[in-house]
Amino acid sequence: MAAGVATWLPFARAAAVGWLPLAQQPLPPAPGVKASRGDEVLVVNVSGRRFETWKNTLDRYPDTLLGSSEKEFFYDADSGEYFFDRDPDMFRHVLNFYRTGRLHCPRQECIQAFDEELAFYGLVPELVGDCCLEEYRDRKKENAERLAEDEEAEQAGDGPALPAGSSLRQRLWRAFENPHTSTAALVFYYVTGFFIAVSVIANVVETIPCRGPARRPPREQPCGDRFPLAFFCMDTACVLIFTGEYLLRLFAAPSRCRFLRSVMSLIDVVAILPYYIGLFVPKNEDVSGAFVTLRVFRVFRIFKFSRHSQGLRILGYTLKSCASELGFLLFSLTMAIIIFATVMFYAEKGTNKTNFTSIPAAFWYTIVTMTTLGYGDMVPSTIAGKIFGSICSLSGVLVIALPVPVIVSNFSRIYHQNQRADKRRAQQKVRLARIRLAKSGTTNAFLQYKQNGGLEDSGSGEEQALCVRNRSAFEQQHHHLLHCLEKTTCHEFTDELTFSEALGAVSLGGRTSRSTSVSSQAVGSSSLLSSCCPRRAKRRAIRLANSTASVSRGSMQELDTLAGLRRSPAPQSRSSLNAKPHDSLDLNCDSRDFVAAIISIPTPPANTPDESQPSSPGGGGGASSTLRNSSLGTPCLLPETVKISSLRCPRLPPSLITP
Amino acid sequence: MKLFPCSAAKTSSPAVQNSVEDELEMATVRHRPEALELLEAQSKFTKKELQILYRGFKNECPSGVVNEETFKEIYSQFFPQGDSTTYAHFLFNAFDTDHNGAVSFEDFIKGLSILLRGTVQEKLNWAFNLYDINKDGYITKEEMLDIMKAIYDMMGKCTYPVLKEDAPRQHVETFFQKMDKNKDGVVTIDEFIESCQKDENIMRSMQLFENVI
Repeated sequence: MAAGVATWLPFARAAAVGWLPLAQQPLPPAPGVKASRGDEVLVVNVSGRRFETWKNTLDRYPDTLLGSSEKEFFYDADSGEYFFDRDPDMFRHVLNFYRTGRLHCPRQECIQAFDEELAFYGLVPELVGDCCLEEYRDRKKENAERLAEDEEAEQAGDGPALPAGSSLRQRLWRAFENPHTSTAALVFYYVTGFFIAVSVIANVVETIPCRGPARRPPREQPCGDRFPLAFFCMDTACVLIFTGEYLLRLFAAPSRCRFLRSVMSLIDVVAILPYYIGLFVPKNEDVSGAFVTLRVFRVFRIFKFSRHSQGLRILGYTLKSCASELGFLLFSLTMAIIIFATVMFYAEKGTNKTNFTSIPAAFWYTIVTMTTLGYGDMVPSTIAGKIFGSICSLSGVLVIALPVPVIVSNFSRIYHQNQRADKRRAQQKVRLARIRLAKSGTTNAFLQYKQNGGLEDSGSGEEQALCVRNRSAFEQQHHHLLHCLEKTTCHEFTDELTFSEALGAVSLGGRTSRSTSVSSQAVGSSSLLSSCCPRRAKRRAIRLANSTASVSRGSMQELDTLAGLRRSPAPQSRSSLNAKPHDSLDLNCDSRDFVAAIISIPTPPANTPDESQPSSPGGGGGASSTLRNSSLGTPCLLPETVKISSLRCPRLPPSLITP
Repeated sequence: MKLFPCSAAKTSSPAVQNSVEDELEMATVRHRPEALELLEAQSKFTKKELQILYRGFKNECPSGVVNEETFKEIYSQFFPQGDSTTYAHFLFNAFDTDHNGAVSFEDFIKGLSILLRGTVQEKLNWAFNLYDINKDGYITKEEMLDIMKAIYDMMGKCTYPVLKEDAPRQHVETFFQKMDKNKDGVVTIDEFIESCQKDENIMRSMQLFENVI
């Protein structure tokens, strides 16, 4: 647990005096506090700059370098200080974390350097406080993206560096996507661009009236009709090129389905389809109208330029993301148009030879007036019409001028807002997950402690199991507190697995409950051993934890707890030295606890009449604790952890060192 | 500036104004404890112990006082499996001897001094005070039941053996059988202290928490 909570532990323990008169079982003895070295001031010398702090401050986070015995490696006996050859500016932040419980991110330092310092001192990046977390993540992501871009550019830069085994397909696709990779691709890129331009210009030019050679005054044909063959040839050439390009892209695409569905390919298809349809449509008057319409679609060829221009693509994307705003603008305009058109129609109804023949006819007037175009082809003649007309133009200014800047600012606002909302949601999820993990972490720590026989009489330091002894003072005292609560209420904390099994067993009823609950406990304990934090236990712990009010609050205490608790289940190499050596050193626990467990079978109270059933599991609880401990008889020792422990405590009996 | 005289400016609701004042008030609540020597004289702690305690206290509550919400949060972190808010409420009332809704450092020290360094009599007195919710000098069965339920709530759901609905009540019955000598349905302070002094277990465990600091 973290600093703040550690401070209050003595108080919580003192308040446990209130349970004493109520306890039905004798309370366990307090853990022997090691010769309290008092609160001394440590000097930490980081590259010449001396930092001094209380030892207790550093002890708050036993999972880090400074809080654990790992700092002894850096102790200089001559000068009596801990020397680190690291950046003193960064160390300031690290030390502040111990003091305040919040890790802040320095604004002017390189984020990677900061990360390295954190890794050195054993702090997890998740500890960065909420005030700095967003920026920290942003900068990290930025950095990572930039590095990835650099890598990509590097890769893209050296074209021939593409693996020799790549197929023609892959090379072709790469050439299409990055025209700068090879000369051929560049040539292709420019050629297609040229032909797009040519096609568009041809479409435009063929409608210009050319003066006929015969100089007959009223004879003015569009150029397309004068030189039909020329334009047809040009069109054919362009379409052939476009078709070829499309087919090549289709061939080279890594995922054809996705390519077919992409916007660019749709534009390509729309650009060339009219030509082919026109080829097969017979040239008669009936369908020539439709044929002409189809030719309009040729103008979509201009959109093919978006492959050549990134700006167009960005514009398209932002329009898509502002669709709701544009829709609102359209909607409000439509409302205003309908209202004013109706009003103008009825105002002008009485006039003779009026242009306002119907309400839809008045739409045109309204639109032209509201957008302040004012063509003048339709003007009101009655006074009422003129009044409403002026109101219409004034409101048009407002209706249009107001949303447009809003939409413009919406472009950037919505874009950034979406990003921030996603970040916040992700952070919220992370925060909740941290809370859950924290709560389950504490519970699991206590349950594991119980399993490892921490409940026996704490004899002299030598006899006590190494795993139990190696817990921090805080953990010891906290577990003692929880143990006292158990004894007061004659009930024990369990994990969710055992609880649900016991629940099922109890519902079966009868004598079977005792045996099944005992065996299920053994099962439950072994399952606990195998998986440190079973997911179901976590979820159950969530529901239980959520029942407390503290989950929803974001107070300093919570953050402190999160900071500290988060690390207790974290599988760090350092934690294997300190917080959970009982995971690895089961062998040592085994022999001790067997003896001790027999001593400490709790005497069930004689004067609780209803406990005739639970008291037998209670008595069996003592036996079951024996069972539990003996189930540890087959420890899964990792040789490297044993070695580490032998490094730490050279006093271990030699039998332990040989795995 | 009002562009249109008819549009009435919205008067800020009194609730908003009050909250602003409240915020100012809360921001200025800063409690400084008595001098170190005075506290040393009043409590049974040494100067060094007081220093350690205050440093921790001040770190967590820079304003110098703990209100009930913070108290409940802090306490709930020690009992993640259950719901400790009710018990924390009773505990808060026991510590907040002047009943001003906040526990200052002096209250804190006073309570701890009794719990850690007091005589057995004082400790039992404190416990009695904790159980006596309405502070009328008698512990009734209802008060005891509330306390007991609060304690059992802290255990949470996943207990072994499975927590029964009437476990607190049974426990209360046991307690009253032991403590209530004249069987009048309430436990007075004298009955309480007398019964506790006769119980070996309780007497032995009184020394349990002496080395907490």
